[in-house]
Amino acid sequence: MTELAPEHRPTFSRASLADRLSPHAPVLLLLALAALGWLAIDQQSSWLTLTVSGLAMGMMIFTMAAGMTLVFGLMDVINFGHGAFVSVGAFVGVTALMLMPGMTAEASIWLNGFAVLLAVACAMLATGVMGYAFERVIVRPVYGAHLKQILVTMGGLIVVEQLIYVLWGPVEIFIERPAAFQGAITFAGAALEKYRLVAVALGLVVFLALRLTLKRTRIGLIVRAGVENGEMVQALGYRIERVFIGVFVAGSALAGLGGVMWGLYEQVITAHMGQETMILVFIVIIIGGLGSVEGCFIAALMVGLLQNYVAFLAPKAALISNIGLMAAILMWRPQGMTPVVKAK
Amino acid sequence: MSEPLLRLEGVFTDIEQYHILQGVDVAVPAGEVTMLLGRNGAGKTTTLRTIMGLWRARQGRILLDGRDIAALPTPVIARAGVALVPENMGVFSDLSVEENMVLAAVSGPLDRARLDWIFSVFPPLKTFWKLPAGNLSGGQKQMLSVARAVCEERKLYLIDEPSKGLAPAIVGTLVKALKDLKAAGATILLVEQNFSMARALGDHVAVMDDGRIVWTGAMATLAADPALQEKLMGLSMEGGHG
Ligand SMILES: Nc1ncnc2c1ncn2[C@@H]1O[C@H](COP(=O)(O)OP(=O)(O)OP(=O)(O)O)[C@@H](O)[C@H]1O
Ligand SMILES: [Mg+2]
Repeated sequence: MTELAPEHRPTFSRASLADRLSPHAPVLLLLALAALGWLAIDQQSSWLTLTVSGLAMGMMIFTMAAGMTLVFGLMDVINFGHGAFVSVGAFVGVTALMLMPGMTAEASIWLNGFAVLLAVACAMLATGVMGYAFERVIVRPVYGAHLKQILVTMGGLIVVEQLIYVLWGPVEIFIERPAAFQGAITFAGAALEKYRLVAVALGLVVFLALRLTLKRTRIGLIVRAGVENGEMVQALGYRIERVFIGVFVAGSALAGLGGVMWGLYEQVITAHMGQETMILVFIVIIIGGLGSVEGCFIAALMVGLLQNYVAFLAPKAALISNIGLMAAILMWRPQGMTPVVKAK
Repeated sequence: MSEPLLRLEGVFTDIEQYHILQGVDVAVPAGEVTMLLGRNGAGKTTTLRTIMGLWRARQGRILLDGRDIAALPTPVIARAGVALVPENMGVFSDLSVEENMVLAAVSGPLDRARLDWIFSVFPPLKTFWKLPAGNLSGGQKQMLSVARAVCEERKLYLIDEPSKGLAPAIVGTLVKALKDLKAAGATILLVEQNFSMARALGDHVAVMDDGRIVWTGAMATLAADPALQEKLMGLSMEGGHG
């Protein structure tokens, strides 16, 4: 036996610095971006405010984008209707919040927090159910046909937007955050809006929960394996289409959560808010590497930071800057920062 | 002779507009190794993929234990006890060796005794247990692919050209592992171009050409008849001068 296959004893030679850094390049890039912002913005307090604001924005975009990148990675489905879940989530969540004036008027962290959680639960439930129907009715018949997917899911988006007009009326709705999440705290001379800190915390929880699920559970293994080679996952005995529906529903619910967060951030909601955020969502999932949750997370934070720094330094260049970032990153890594391996 | 574990009856498979399998009849007796030989492009991989349900048979029956599985979804076929080691190995490179194995054990946690045996025949899998499978060498990936199939007891193993592109030492390792598997009473349908490997393992032989079975018989018959080997191996080894 041993003479057939002598036990291989690898020697782990010291990898070069570049080799060791390469896997961490996205994180380093994010830190570099923050450092660059620090150099470009004279006042440290402004920098801190902008950084928190950028991180909050990034977390919200990540929450909206995570489902879409997984759906693409797993089933090769481009869902242009994903923004519909953001809008519906926002409307359902905000409506729920408005039905609980008693719990949101007085500044009590517990009461207000509970009200927001309840609103989020309603929004996620609604968008989750809607995601299930969307997958069954709209996406299922067009598996494997990208052009049809784009047309049909765009159509779905328009229908949903019109339904929002029917149910909630055509004008935008202005909202007040629950009392405990209004205003700002001062830290190191910088004014940090309380709500943004909440958004950062919430986004972080979503990311960690998602990461844990993907790394530590069997469903997570199936999803990660399925992104690379769905056929082999089926040959091992897993019904990948069921897993896919699960991912679609979870992704839709997350988009709904992102919608509530975004609505409370902007303090106004419209039927087409989802569609508007989709531009940033697209940039983020492309920069991150289609199908990669971690890439999506780092990319979202980068986009959030850049958007806020540039909006402060040169307001007119904000959106352009993110498209520039996308171009630069694609020139460096054409498959995105954390490319996902695909069989065939 | 008792009913074989697997029997294909007049199986036709189309891939897009091409008629690839044109009436395949083959029997795979339980507890023995059946070799599927044939030149490149004969339809061996297509046959295995059709059994697994990854391609759909347009016509014909695929009987596993007497039950027609031709129309069943792939995961159901897998859970009925059919394991595939695909031609491209199908290893998940983003997952660690361990995660690849955990995923392959569909009916519960990994069996310790089987795992010890796997580590003894494929030591590199133990060495690289926690590493991403994408970092493995080609030979080690093939070991992982076979290990995934054998990590649980299955009714039928479909193994597609495990020796492809591997150095002789690694082929020897694979032969040893498959011999162990065979000694434990496994039923194997093995596609193999390497005739010495085929001879070392096979009990029965089916030779394919142009989407049909053109010869079936005992490995002993083929091994003892150089003229027949010449004729059939011309089909199976040289790549179509017939
Ligand atoms: N995805 C596909 N699309 C079109 N034709 C295909 C496809 N896969 C296989 N074929 C064709 O089917 C025929 C049989 O292929 P198959 O892979 O089954 O051969 P094989 O016997 O396994 O050959 P090899 O020894 O080279 O692996 C070939 O002519 C091949 O070109
Ligand atoms: Mg083949």
